Amino acid sequence: MDYVFQFGVVWDHCDELLDGAWLTLRLSVGGFLIGLTLAGLIAYLREVGPRPVRFGLGTYIEFIRNTPLLVQLFVLYFSLPMLGIRLDADIAALVGLTLNFAAYGAEILRGGMLSIPYGHIEAARALGLSRWRTFRHVILLPSLRVAFPALSSQFVLLMLGSSVVSAISATDLTAVTNTLQSTTFRAFEFYFAATGIYLSMALAARLLLALAYVRLFPAAGRGAQ
Amino acid sequence: MTRGFGWHEFLYVLHGLGWTLVLSAIAMSTGGIGGLIIALARLSRVRLPRLLASGYILLLQGTPVLMQLFLAFYGLAVLSGVQMDPWPAVIVAFTLYAAAFLGEIWHAAADAVPRSQWEAARALGLHHAVILLRIIAPQAVRLAIPPTVGFLVQLVKSTAVASIIGFVELTRAGQLMVNVTFRPMEIFPLIALLYFAVCWPISLLASWLERRLETGQRPVGRTLI
Repeated sequence: MDYVFQFGVVWDHCDELLDGAWLTLRLSVGGFLIGLTLAGLIAYLREVGPRPVRFGLGTYIEFIRNTPLLVQLFVLYFSLPMLGIRLDADIAALVGLTLNFAAYGAEILRGGMLSIPYGHIEAARALGLSRWRTFRHVILLPSLRVAFPALSSQFVLLMLGSSVVSAISATDLTAVTNTLQSTTFRAFEFYFAATGIYLSMALAARLLLALAYVRLFPAAGRGAQ
Repeated sequence: MTRGFGWHEFLYVLHGLGWTLVLSAIAMSTGGIGGLIIALARLSRVRLPRLLASGYILLLQGTPVLMQLFLAFYGLAVLSGVQMDPWPAVIVAFTLYAAAFLGEIWHAAADAVPRSQWEAARALGLHHAVILLRIIAPQAVRLAIPPTVGFLVQLVKSTAVASIIGFVELTRAGQLMVNVTFRPMEIFPLIALLYFAVCWPISLLASWLERRLETGQRPVGRTLI
C-alpha cells in the first residue's frame, strides 16, 4: 500500500461541500415538514374516509414502505416525463422524499393514535365535539407525545437516505462529493469528509430533536399515560 | 436503434432480481455473525467492548449506506492498489451495515428480558456465559424474531444503492434495460413491483410474527372515530 492520503485538497473545496450539505438539509427538512403534514391528513382520512379511500391510502403506504427510495425517485424523475410531467431534479428529489416520509409518518402517527385511551374519544363525543376537532385535539396532538421519538428517528433516516437523490442528478452533498472526487482523483478523502459531514448532521439532528421533545412535552405529562 | 421490451429483457431484469436476493442473503448471514459479536460485546461486563460496540453502531447508523459503500469501494481500492470490481466492496459494506442493525436489535431484545431474570441467575452463581446462553437467549429470541424479519425488508431495499457503484442487481438491471429500450414508463414501475413482490410478504410475515409472539404493544387495529 503506497497510497498517500491528502486531505488538503478536501479543505480547498470546503465551500462546495457545504453548499451540497445545505441542499441535503433543505431537502430533508422540507420533506419532513410537508411529509408530516400529509401524514397527518392520511392518518385522518384512514379513520374517517370512505372505504375506497382507506384502501387506496393503505396500498400507498404499503407500496412506499416496501420499495427502495431510489426506485421511487427513478419513477418520479424518469417515468413521469413520459406522461408529460417533467420535474426538475431538485424538485423531483423533494417530492420523492416528501411522499416517502408521508407514508412512514402516517404509519407512525397511527401507532401513536392507538395509544389514546378510548374513553377520551368517547368523552369528546359526549361533549359534542366535531369529528375533526376530536381528531385534532383529542387524538392527533396527544398522540404526538408517543410518536415524537419515532418521528425523530425517521427524520434522521430520511436525511441519510436522501444521499440517493444524487442518482437523479440533484446536487446534494453526495452529488457534490461525486463531482469533486472525479475531478481531483481523491475519492477516499472526499467520501471520508462527506461521511463526517453526514454523521455530524445526523448527531446534531438527534440532539436538537431530543431537546425539542423535552421542551414540547414537559416531564409531568410524559410517561404517565 | 432501440429495442423493445420483450421476453429477453424481462429475463434480464429477473436475473438482476436474483442478484438482489443473493446479495441480501449473503449480507444477512455474514451480517448476522457480525451482529452477534456486536450484541455480545454490548452485553459484556467489561467496559471497553461495550464502548466499542456502541461507537460502531453510532457510526454505521449515523451515516448513509451509500457513503459506506463508496468508502468500502475506494478504501479497498486503496488497500489493494488497483481498481476492482464492485463485488468485494458490496459484500463488505452490506455486512458491516447489517451487523450494526442486527447487533442493535439483538442487544435490545436481550435487554428487554426482565431484570429479575438476570438477577436471579446471578444470585444462583451462574457464569455470565451460562446466563446469556441458557437464561437470556431463549427468552430474547422470541422478542428478536419480528424486528429481525422486519430488518430483512430494510436490507433488501438498501441493496438498491449497490446499483450506484455498478453492481448489477435489480435496480441496475432495470436502468440498463431502460438505456437499451428507452421505456422508463414501463420498466421502473415494474422494478418497483418486483421489489414489492419480495418485500411485502416479508413485511406481512414480520407483523404476523409480532402479533403471534405478542411482542409489540400495538393493540389489534380498530378505527378510532
